[in-house]
Amino acid sequence: MAEERRPKQCSVSLPTESMKAIAESVGVGQLQEESCAALSEEVSYRIKEIAQDALKFMHHGKRRKLTTNDIDNALKLKNVEPLYGFQSQEFIPFRFASGGGRELHFYEEKEVDLSDIINTPLPRVPLDVSLKAHWLSIEGVQPSIPENPPPAPKEQQKVESTEPLKVIKPGQEEEGTIQGKGQGATAADGKGKEKGLIRLKPRSTHELSVEQQLYYKEITEACVGSCEAKRAEALQSIATDPGLYQMLPRFSTFISEGVRVNVVQNNLALLIYLMRMVKALMDNPTLYLEKYLHELIPAVVTCIVSKQLCLRPDVDNHWALRDFAARLMAQSCKTFSTTTNNIQSRITKTFTKSWLDDKTQWTTRYGCIAGLAELGPDVIKTLILPRLTIEGVRIKTVMEGPVVSNIDKIGADHVQSLLLKHCASVIAKIRPQPDSVEQYRTDYGYLGPMLCSHVMKARTQAALQAQQVNRTTLTITQPRPTLTVSQSGLSGSLGQRTPSIIKVPSSLTLMSPRPGTPSQPSPPATKYIVMTTSAGASSTQQVITLSSSQTASPVTSTVPSATSTLQPLVKLEPGSGPGLTGSRPLQKYIVVSLPSSATSSLEAKSSVLPTSISSNPLEAVMKLDRSESPGASTQSPH
Amino acid sequence: MAAVQGGQVDAVEEKDIKTEPSNDGCGNNNANDGRLLSTSPGSSSSTGSNKSTAGAPEDQQTLLAVLQFLRKNKLSESVEILRREAGLPEDSLDLKGGDSSGAGSGGAAGSVDLEGGDASSLLSRVTSSSSAVAQAPTKAAGEDQPDVNVVLSAYSQQGDPPLYQVYYSGLKRFIESVLDCHRAELSQVFYPLFVHMYLELVYNNHESEAKAFFEKFSGDQECYYADDLRVLSSLSKREHMRGNETLLDFRTSKFVLRISRDSYQLLKRHLQERQNNQIWNIIQEHLYIDIFDGMPRSKGQIDTMSGSLAGEGKREANKAKVYYGLLKEPEIELPLDDEDEEAENEEGKPKKKKPKKDSMGSKSKKQDPNAPSQTRIPLPELKDSDKLDKIMYMKEATKRIRLGPDNLPSICFYSFLNAYQGLTAVDFTDDSSLIAGGFADSTVRVWSVTPKKLRKVKSAADLNLIDKESDDVLERIMDEKTASELKVLYGHSGPVYGISFSPDRNYLLSSSEDGTVRLWSLQTFTCLVGYKGHNYPVWDTHFSPHGYYFISGGHDRVARLWATDHYQPLRMFSGHLADITSTRFHPNSNYVATGSSDRTIRLWDVLSGNCVRIFTGHKGPIHALAFSPNGKFLASGATDSRVLLWDIGHGLMIGELKGHTDTVYSLRFSRDGEILASGSMDNTVRLWNATKAFDDLETDDFTAATGHVHLQDNSQELLLGTYMSKSTPVIHLHFTRRNLLLAAGAYNP
Repeated sequence: MAEERRPKQCSVSLPTESMKAIAESVGVGQLQEESCAALSEEVSYRIKEIAQDALKFMHHGKRRKLTTNDIDNALKLKNVEPLYGFQSQEFIPFRFASGGGRELHFYEEKEVDLSDIINTPLPRVPLDVSLKAHWLSIEGVQPSIPENPPPAPKEQQKVESTEPLKVIKPGQEEEGTIQGKGQGATAADGKGKEKGLIRLKPRSTHELSVEQQLYYKEITEACVGSCEAKRAEALQSIATDPGLYQMLPRFSTFISEGVRVNVVQNNLALLIYLMRMVKALMDNPTLYLEKYLHELIPAVVTCIVSKQLCLRPDVDNHWALRDFAARLMAQSCKTFSTTTNNIQSRITKTFTKSWLDDKTQWTTRYGCIAGLAELGPDVIKTLILPRLTIEGVRIKTVMEGPVVSNIDKIGADHVQSLLLKHCASVIAKIRPQPDSVEQYRTDYGYLGPMLCSHVMKARTQAALQAQQVNRTTLTITQPRPTLTVSQSGLSGSLGQRTPSIIKVPSSLTLMSPRPGTPSQPSPPATKYIVMTTSAGASSTQQVITLSSSQTASPVTSTVPSATSTLQPLVKLEPGSGPGLTGSRPLQKYIVVSLPSSATSSLEAKSSVLPTSISSNPLEAVMKLDRSESPGASTQSPH
Repeated sequence: MAAVQGGQVDAVEEKDIKTEPSNDGCGNNNANDGRLLSTSPGSSSSTGSNKSTAGAPEDQQTLLAVLQFLRKNKLSESVEILRREAGLPEDSLDLKGGDSSGAGSGGAAGSVDLEGGDASSLLSRVTSSSSAVAQAPTKAAGEDQPDVNVVLSAYSQQGDPPLYQVYYSGLKRFIESVLDCHRAELSQVFYPLFVHMYLELVYNNHESEAKAFFEKFSGDQECYYADDLRVLSSLSKREHMRGNETLLDFRTSKFVLRISRDSYQLLKRHLQERQNNQIWNIIQEHLYIDIFDGMPRSKGQIDTMSGSLAGEGKREANKAKVYYGLLKEPEIELPLDDEDEEAENEEGKPKKKKPKKDSMGSKSKKQDPNAPSQTRIPLPELKDSDKLDKIMYMKEATKRIRLGPDNLPSICFYSFLNAYQGLTAVDFTDDSSLIAGGFADSTVRVWSVTPKKLRKVKSAADLNLIDKESDDVLERIMDEKTASELKVLYGHSGPVYGISFSPDRNYLLSSSEDGTVRLWSLQTFTCLVGYKGHNYPVWDTHFSPHGYYFISGGHDRVARLWATDHYQPLRMFSGHLADITSTRFHPNSNYVATGSSDRTIRLWDVLSGNCVRIFTGHKGPIHALAFSPNGKFLASGATDSRVLLWDIGHGLMIGELKGHTDTVYSLRFSRDGEILASGSMDNTVRLWNATKAFDDLETDDFTAATGHVHLQDNSQELLLGTYMSKSTPVIHLHFTRRNLLLAAGAYNP
């Protein structure tokens, strides 16, 4: 390794162009080439010398990062006046510029208005140094407390589960401090094995300490107990505590056994509690669940597709459980699916197979569709959309045919709304405008007209979101948020159905050529309350930037952040009429700022997908902020 | 104004000024204590002559520098006054001024001549005859610039530059062709030879050849020389050689190699056959080859010992007798009933009762043959409070947990929050009641980690008011109102890199980038003394375990031994070739260990000032040192992320502990020496089985005599535990008297 570096060491010195540039900056115009060369050698040498001295200061300062202070001290060591005014805690934002065949890295110094500095309120005083004690180890065993790092870091758990043979290498084993006392022995074992070329996974202890046993008991009881407050606490603990690694096998078994028993007994509440536990485990940043998926996935899938989950399927809302579990499934597919385990494709296959089966019950059918739909727009597009017609026929027979049973009817109804909900947004994306009911009917059969209206809603809503007036806060109530906005772009027509707080400035030109009648009747949404979402995981952050670019066509789409399993709520495509779809329940829309210009095009960007960089620096950001994701409210356009 | 001037003068003539204080120190020491420095007759005479004959010219020189500075700043009046005061003729300034600006090395021309003969005679000395441990470096510290000229002039004889590559590759071919057993030994020659040939090329202005030479052969060098090579690579002009310290080290000290007689003969024969005078000259002049009889060493053996800036320590350098035993504990009567009687008891009731089977109790019975005599160096008398503390100590010791592989200590971690990367040093008091931190913002902060708050003595006015006859006068003088858990000590003007509590907890030492060591009172929380002398950053300081003395070391490569009541150092230990990065007192206070960026550890005798041990083997600057409680062993940690164990009596490396992945900043033995704890930049605390490491060793006579160590790689067996902290580098460790391990570091989120 040293060999690779060394040839470079020898040759590194500043280019003569730098000398010229520096000379110019201090007003020396014409510098001889020879002087430049001589200077650059000298300067490079001195810089290296100073850097080497500065390293000493870094080492004695017990730091890994070289700071400007180190350089100052090194200069002082050489009796050179330090460079004053280059205080930088973190990094120095050098910028790069090129032009005229020259390349420059420079430090942008802005002119600072003194009065600005005087007038700005003082920043908060930084906290004073303080001392805090905790137990790093108790008689050789590291306690699992938040002050200590998780006993097995997530990366290591991942390595262990994906490449089990690597684990016994001594270097990595030292990371695992769980064994504490026995470490020396195991380490020695590991070494011996390597020598003998026999690779065995080291035995790991699965004994829980008394404290851990107590904890486990408390947590599991609270999770399935009757006290909701306690349960919330317990779930919080599971989702955040760093020391649960050793208890994972227990939790995993607890959940899978619990589901097995309660499905038979049709105990809906308990199933929901168990699924919330799964959710909490997945949320824990220190756990890597891959090793326990074989227990967890069957449990989750059971909760999605089981024929009966509750005692009274006609009344109980087992649909919510199926939705929730489907989302969990999608999340674990996203996190753990690899080319070796193929979770996603196996799951997809399972769902599709039972969905295609004619004898499948409506409940299972619902679960299959929900499970597939949660896997993302691509899956919807390829697997669900082609079957819409067939499914439509099936629904029609139940809905309009002779009443077979109430349960079937409810089931069909739910399947229908599920399909509408998920498909509308996808269709809105892939289908060009205009949306004609007839066309839809021919394409999608029975569900066509309803789809058509949903699609239009979706389009309108996205457009609407792009036009929210400053600081408008709007929360759409459950169920099936339906908010319709006419596309005429006239604020007057908006007033009918939309809440009065939503105003579209008349200066904004909306793109839809269609007449401004709300195309979809919707339950009157009279109450708009700001609420928090109950679905815990939603981390979708949507940033919509309205920029007054040259293109007249608005481009608005919201993209879910990578971790979220939720579907994008509003999707608008260029060239398509604005539609307003029902979005997921309980969202808070905050429009941070709005363009002042008349022609504003809407451009949407996800905060997590840096797909495009706006050519126009300023405009508006609109944020759809699930109130749970606190970070979103402070985000800036870029 | 005066202070400012001083600083500026430094800037103008820094090299000369830098050496001044050390000379002064020498002078004073000569007067007080006789010769202190570990110098050979040769160099001591040079220093002496410098002192006696060159004293006047040097003063004058300084004056001239000042005058020049004043003139430059157009302070003509001051110039006049000063000149009149000093009685200098007007023209002398001009003449000398011109001289110094031209030569760049100051007006030291006179002293160059004066030293010239002396120094060159040093250089021309035959390799084997030189025996002094630290002759050349002393000179280096003594005077810089003249020395460089003299030393570098050794390069003036030059061969044909393009042939250098031929010579070197010729030797390389030869060494590659010799028998395997000799190859490893002879390969040691490559590095010093490479460096010297390169420097010779640079010195003679063959820049392109030098570059080509470097590029061609630098890759062959051992990886642990990478740091030095980096310095070397940046150096491509003769002018750069002036004032480059690393370079100076190569020149002034001979690179020491240990080679078996057979291998040496082989090399010699080859070079003589080939008439390869160029290489032979370099070997003669710049290398010290320590020839031994017997089997050539293996590559592994060589690699463990090499790595330092100037090769291995010479064998005879580690032969001096070291009294590593502990001093006899003073007889203190331990009260029988430890609960309540302790206060009255220490007066005199002879209730003799030693703590049972206590290690130190048994030791104090008979005199350890390896222990120095009690009065070898004068130690402070025990005060009553010290005795009280000793009693406390013994009591605690009886409650001490016996540690072992099956009984690991608990670790309590003190995290410094909101330190903003500014924590640079930490120390605990021996009784673990206080913790002090040195910070990059020049402050020293002292915390009380017990419920007892820190109280200062009241102000003088308030003290007048209290009743001096009352029994609890000691309580009354303390100011209860300002009591707090944290006291901040302001005084330094640069980051505080070293910190050390006095054993009696009355004082605190801190050393800083500003070149001073400060002594703080923990009664008044004010600075008592600023010890000046280093002038360059002081990297570390450590109180003697018996108090009163302390050691400091820093960038000026000189370790100084001080007594708290002297403002000038008692001893100056010079010999290191680069910054002294860590310092530590031996438990018996008779020796001092210093670790350095030259990648060696030296052990110095406080009494004579001699260097009695040189330990080589680290491949990076040494940042942590720890003596075992029995005084026999030394552990050291460095940026190479290894911990090495040394047997002080035999002067041998006895263990290598690998496992850390970053600089080891702290080391500590448990109170009974069974466990070694190491803390590192890699955010871990590791515990090592010290008992096993020391017991396993069989030091046969042969190893002792030849110094050939062969270490088996048993780090994994010795490692008892690894404890990861949450992004908190561990920069200090401390075992409480009951063997609880305390660790400290700053949390870097």
